[in-house]
Parts: sequence; C-alpha cells; structure tokens
Amino acid sequence: MSEAHSEASVGNAATFDTHPGADAGVTPESPLQWSRVQGHVTEEGGAAEQIRVVERPFLGHLVLRGGAITLDEAVRAELGVSLPGKPLGLVLDAEGSRSVQWVSPDEWLVIVPAGEEFELENRLRARLGDAHFAIVNVGGGQTLLELSGEKARELLMKSVTYDVHEHGLPVGKAVGTVFAKTSVVLRRPSEERFELVIRRSFADYCVRWLRDAGREYGLRVASASP
Amino acid sequence: MFHIFCPYCQEYREEEEFHPSGQAHLVRPADPASVSDEEWGDYLFFRDNPRGIHHEMWVHRLGCRKFFNITRDTATYEILETYRMGEQPSITAANAEVRREQGVQTADGGWQTVGAQPENSRLNEETPS
Ligand SMILES: [Zn+2]
Repeated sequence: MSEAHSEASVGNAATFDTHPGADAGVTPESPLQWSRVQGHVTEEGGAAEQIRVVERPFLGHLVLRGGAITLDEAVRAELGVSLPGKPLGLVLDAEGSRSVQWVSPDEWLVIVPAGEEFELENRLRARLGDAHFAIVNVGGGQTLLELSGEKARELLMKSVTYDVHEHGLPVGKAVGTVFAKTSVVLRRPSEERFELVIRRSFADYCVRWLRDAGREYGLRVASASP
Repeated sequence: MFHIFCPYCQEYREEEEFHPSGQAHLVRPADPASVSDEEWGDYLFFRDNPRGIHHEMWVHRLGCRKFFNITRDTATYEILETYRMGEQPSITAANAEVRREQGVQTADGGWQTVGAQPENSRLNEETPS
C-alpha cells in the first residue's frame, strides 16, 4: 500500500487523506449505497422531471472553528472567498464548486470537491500556525443532496418547518433546521438549486422520505458519478 | 408551537429546533473544596421554581447548537426575551410589571407573545371513546 501522500503532520496535528485513491484497493461506497441496492437511486441522466434530486457523495466537508478574523484571513488566502461573517451566510467561489457556510458565531462549514479537503486542511493548518482554531474533517459523517426543478420548493414545504419562500431562504443563505423529524443543513447556493446536507446514517431515510413526498411530482433520485 | 428568537442565528425559529436546559445564571462556587455540603448541595441539586418570571437556559440544538437564555413567564408560558450567554436579563421579577404597563419592547432578543392556550379548551379534555 502506498501511504506516501496520504498522511501528514502539520503543527501538532496529524491529518490523513480520507480518499486513498484506487491504488489503495479501497472502493468508496456512497452513504446511499443501501438505497441504490434497493433500487431507490438511479444513475444520472434522463428526461427532466418537475423535481430532480442528485446525490453528491464523497465531497470534502471541513468544519472550521475559531475566531472570525483569524479564519477569514486563512480562508481568503487558500480559497479566495471571504468567510461569511453574518449569521446564516453562504458564499461560493467563482466556479461555484467550493463553499463556506456560517454555522454558528465561531463555526463554519467548508465544502470542496472530492479529494481537495486533505490538501486544503494541511494548507489551512500551516497558515493558521499557533492561532487558536480547530479543523475537523466531517466528510465521513454527512453527505449532500441537490434539489432542483420547479416543484423543489413545494417538496421542501412539505418536509421542513423553515420558511423556504424567497424572503425566508434567499440565495446565499443556509440554515440548520428540522427535516422530516431529523436534522438537516438547508442551503440555497443559487436561484434554481437547494442543497440538503444530511447525516450519513440518515441518508437512506431522507431519500425514502423525499421519494414519498415527491411521488406526485414524478421525483427521481439520481446519483452523480463520484 | 412557539416561535423563539435565537440570539445567535438572529431570527425566529420553530420550537422544535430548541431544547430547554434548566435554570440560567447558576454560579459554580469558585472554590468547591471550601464550601459546606449544604452550599454544594444547593448548587448541584436545588433549583428555583417560581410562578411568574423565570430565567432559563435553552439550546438551539438543530440550528447553531448554541446555548442562550430565555426570560419566560411560567404561568402564561409567555417568552419575554432571549439573550446571549454572559448577558443579563432586561426583564426580571422586580421590573416585569413596570415594563408590561409601559408596553416596553425588550432588547434585540425580541418580544414574543405566542399564547400557549389552545383556541379550544376541549382539545385538552379527554373524549369518551
Ligand atoms: Zn441559533
């Protein structure tokens, strides 16, 4: 097994790459693996429905904790976006594939494309040095579902207590709330898209809830290729 | 269902996202080894149970996961204000009546008057089956 690039030590913290790559002989399984076996998830592609749910598995999820000013400098240098300082803020980089979200006054969630989080964590640690901060890779514990289509909002209205109307959840806002009796991070990265960050262990439950609630709209859950 | 203002998220959220966590503003004895058993027992086990204004800690467990304080009327269930950890209440049992008469709205924490009484009292009565 080649371990050459999968472990690092930056400052006093040991980090490791949760995407060991094909040579390591480990095949990653998405949190929706069981749903797929059950036939609840199809491969991506096909006709447009009124609602489309796409799973985005294996993304890099990092939780940053610390003071806003310290973290803002580091995040701006490494990701090119500023840390959302206002409550419930969500910012995306120019490509739209990397995001930073306000979670609480001293906590932010960073989501980057699969495999980038290891390098990013190491670079952030190196840059933050002795500052008072914490970075935790939470990618193994949660996964992301994308909702789009003209009826996506109606589906959410059936599933969350939060006001998902334009004035309640405009583009650039993200909230932690209740989704079908479980917890969810509900995000609005763009006009036509909602994102649900859900617990790994609740992924199958959430997908079955969505399929049931979305039956009248011809909802289909698709899987993006990793 | 209450609408509770989270002082960290800075907006009203459904009660379902919150959880109560007991009396607020308890102060741990600075030197536990030097207090009497009675004082330590008071700190550890005994809580106020007033009829009227009460200060409680709540946690926004499904939102920002922060603890904060609520001033609440235990007789009417009215939530009078919410404020951050480390802050002091602007409404207390001593000044509540004055404030109510003047109709003062409280700090940023928000003024909240969601009644807890059911519209129809029969909702609380058992229906014979
Ligand atoms: Zn909150």
